[in-house]
Amino acid sequence: MSQPTVVTVGADMFADAVAGQAVDVERVDWRPPMPGTESDLATVATDARRPEANRRAVEAMLGVTAHLVDVAPASEVLGLEKGQFLHAGPPITWDRASGPLRGALMGGAALEGLVDDPEDAVALFESGSSVTLEPCHHRSAVGPMAGVVTPSMWMWVLEDRATGRRTYCSLNEGLGKVLRYGAYSPEVLTRLRWMGDVLGPLLQAAVRGTDEATDVTGILTQMLQMGDEAHNRNRAGTLMLLRDLSPAMVASLETGGFAGKDVADALRFVGGNDHFFLNLAMPACKLALDAGRDVPGSTMVVAMARNGTDFGIQVSGTGDEWFTGPAQVAEGLFLGDYGPDDANPDIGDSAITETAGIGGFAMATAPAIVRLVGGSVPDALATTRRMHEITLAENPRWSVPVLEFQGTPTGIDVTKVCRTGILPQINTGMAGAVAGVGQVGAGLVTPPAEIFPKALAALAARVPT
Amino acid sequence: MKDHVELRSGAYADSVTLLQVSRAVQASPGVVAAQVAMATGLNLEVLEGMGFEVPASSPNDMVVALRLDDDADLAAALGVVDAALAPVRQAAGDTTVAPPRTTASALRRTGVDALALVSVPGASATVEAMDALEAGRDVMVFSDNVPLAEEVALKQYAASRGALVMGPDCGTAVVDGVGLGFANAVRPGRIGIVAASGTGCQQLLALLHHAGASADGVGVRHALGVGGRDLSAAVGGLATREALRRLDADPDVDLVVVVSKPPAEEVAEALTRDTQALGTPVELGLLGRGQRDLSAVAEAVLLRLGHEAPEWPVHGADNTGPATGPLLRGLFVGGTLCDESMLLATEALGPIRSNIPLSDDLALGDELMVDDHTMVDFGDDALTQGRAHPMIDPTLRNEQLARAAADPATGVILLDLVLGHGAEPDPAALLAPAIAAARRDRPVPVVVSLVGTDLDPQGLDAQRDALVAAGAEVHLSNASATRRAVQLIEGAAR
Repeated sequence: MSQPTVVTVGADMFADAVAGQAVDVERVDWRPPMPGTESDLATVATDARRPEANRRAVEAMLGVTAHLVDVAPASEVLGLEKGQFLHAGPPITWDRASGPLRGALMGGAALEGLVDDPEDAVALFESGSSVTLEPCHHRSAVGPMAGVVTPSMWMWVLEDRATGRRTYCSLNEGLGKVLRYGAYSPEVLTRLRWMGDVLGPLLQAAVRGTDEATDVTGILTQMLQMGDEAHNRNRAGTLMLLRDLSPAMVASLETGGFAGKDVADALRFVGGNDHFFLNLAMPACKLALDAGRDVPGSTMVVAMARNGTDFGIQVSGTGDEWFTGPAQVAEGLFLGDYGPDDANPDIGDSAITETAGIGGFAMATAPAIVRLVGGSVPDALATTRRMHEITLAENPRWSVPVLEFQGTPTGIDVTKVCRTGILPQINTGMAGAVAGVGQVGAGLVTPPAEIFPKALAALAARVPT
Repeated sequence: MKDHVELRSGAYADSVTLLQVSRAVQASPGVVAAQVAMATGLNLEVLEGMGFEVPASSPNDMVVALRLDDDADLAAALGVVDAALAPVRQAAGDTTVAPPRTTASALRRTGVDALALVSVPGASATVEAMDALEAGRDVMVFSDNVPLAEEVALKQYAASRGALVMGPDCGTAVVDGVGLGFANAVRPGRIGIVAASGTGCQQLLALLHHAGASADGVGVRHALGVGGRDLSAAVGGLATREALRRLDADPDVDLVVVVSKPPAEEVAEALTRDTQALGTPVELGLLGRGQRDLSAVAEAVLLRLGHEAPEWPVHGADNTGPATGPLLRGLFVGGTLCDESMLLATEALGPIRSNIPLSDDLALGDELMVDDHTMVDFGDDALTQGRAHPMIDPTLRNEQLARAAADPATGVILLDLVLGHGAEPDPAALLAPAIAAARRDRPVPVVVSLVGTDLDPQGLDAQRDALVAAGAEVHLSNASATRRAVQLIEGAAR
């Protein structure tokens, strides 16, 4: 034993008494936990399985490298059949679905030819016959905003080569009037058809024709050092993807019989859509987090997702159970004349990025967009530091230069959220509340606080006695 | 008269800070009564008792309740509240990096040698302590009201990590000369102490320090508290074993002393066996019927180190006249001092009623005083729930002191007063007037064991002089104070 530094938590008087003896003191700014959680917190804290379980969950998650191995229609890779619709967030039924989710489902129904006019799909979904809704997460997939996936949509296929596990995500349509924000006008459907007819097959040829599969996790490492936080800013990542895929896209002019105009259109479309890489960042995050699932005793959050009505989380130690509460409306900046009243509550599976420690958690590395989401640079640094208070680990691959290359805060711990009252910070786009409107803004949002005590109670109930 | 009650949701300060804030605002001009507290059930009762009407609230709200002669003074009084709360806020906000919010986070920011000192409310203490153990660090848990099952879980996990849990309800530790919690400032030396008792440890520190002034090489290197329940059957001495292992392995420790409240018999037996296997000699000072008192343990330690035990000092013996009635009233802030006094007094006077009785049939109810010899431990969990320890907030004990003095059956009042880091800056200033008031109408003998050292921040001499001036007889040894009180009662009986 030698003279120690003393960490004090509790009465300041004792910290003062130690400091008065010329000993270094680190004071915890302790505050009472979320109301009513003390007993569950103690139960989970003393669960003998927990420390090792969390270490295993974190290690499994950090051990995953996501490679881009294919692009293919959802009907092939997910076995999705006509009338089956995937959507973002926890499970929901049509009667509780919000405007943007309804709009995207209506557009999806028209895309699949179930109806001619998207408006006619309302009756179809109300009747519920011959259509089913299911969360993307239940099919190893993730979808941004409404997250609607139909059989004909082309999907990115990512694989963890160590285990062969795969995750999937649709191709990004760009910003503005797009299906994922609930828009279903003719231009939206026209673009989706072009993506199915041209972009998807071309990207498939490119991915299959690229010798070395693209390391998506590696691109994330680089883009975090180039000003992207991989949720609301994906500019560097998109360009790096293009760098990897464009030789094979051009080569496909000969090998695949694609037309020069198609290749040029595709390169222009990808290069002109700063969010294109988001749909690779998301399944890469899911692939990592899925490796941390189902560890008994682990308090790590493995999914945060919203369907526009409910915000839900899943936790490693509680299997597939969703803990849900009302989705909140983001605070931030609005496009054009739109205001807070026009915005729909939070929607999308894209909070998988924050769950994996990037997006809002890596805000410090993306100062260029802090104003877009209504903050300042000091706010951004403070946000990333604050997220370290509720996470289990730092990601050694994903580091933030401005914070002395500290790893991103990784593995949200349900107990730490309940103890500190600090909620995960999510960067997000805002969809219009009315079906068909599209994007109205972007901003910051947090989950509803009550879902964390719910998850904690379920963890406590599973502690062996 | 005008009441002002406001809820501040999201505001939080610990109970000790709030006590200081309340005191500051009570002294503000025009303030008749004031209480600033978290809206816990107990505090709401207190506020109600003071006649304040508190709107619906949660325990996470801070209540500011003021009663004023004149509305005009309200702004000034609220200013005092804010000013008194402000240093806490500054401490949290004067750096660009926000302070850590959990023990785990704080430990990530410090070096590998860090240890944690936990004094949050008992319901949250286990969670913070686990943070330290998971990081492989030692932890002292000052908090009381921690459930026994959680203590066992903490100590079992610690054993698997080779970490030490000092506590829960551990008042005192000295780690390589650094005092944690309520600890006396002592001369460094080659003695190691393991203490399942905070004030028992402090008594030993005070006695050894006093003796060390004239005995070369007598000083304390470490005093590792393990919590008052460590030697119970349920806990089985888990922390005591780890502390003994540490001290045995320390080449700078020549002699180990174990002090404890009365332990479970089978645990004491096992411990006695285990200590014989250690390389370092161990002096066992386990309190109990027929066992040595703490002063005798200190004397045995001195003897083992080749020194004669000194006469333990007494001051103000001239103040004390004969007992004024048949009954002995002991009012303690130190649980082990209370235990020790009960054990000693029982031998001479028979059964003593107490809130921490030697046997269940002697339990005292909420009234804390009956027509029998009584000894009360004001540091007991039941009397500290939702309020600060009596070493910081002596209100309850001073009230009981007045009641005891007013009872014609009271013959002698026996008190303790404990100095050291963490205790009141000037506890005699609060106790001396209460003693003087108790002796105003009739000269009830007041015998005080004053546990402290001349290195303590309060200054032993000044504290003693103030008590003597108020009419008390002051002992350094609690055993000697108790024997004196017993002798006076026996004198009255004859």
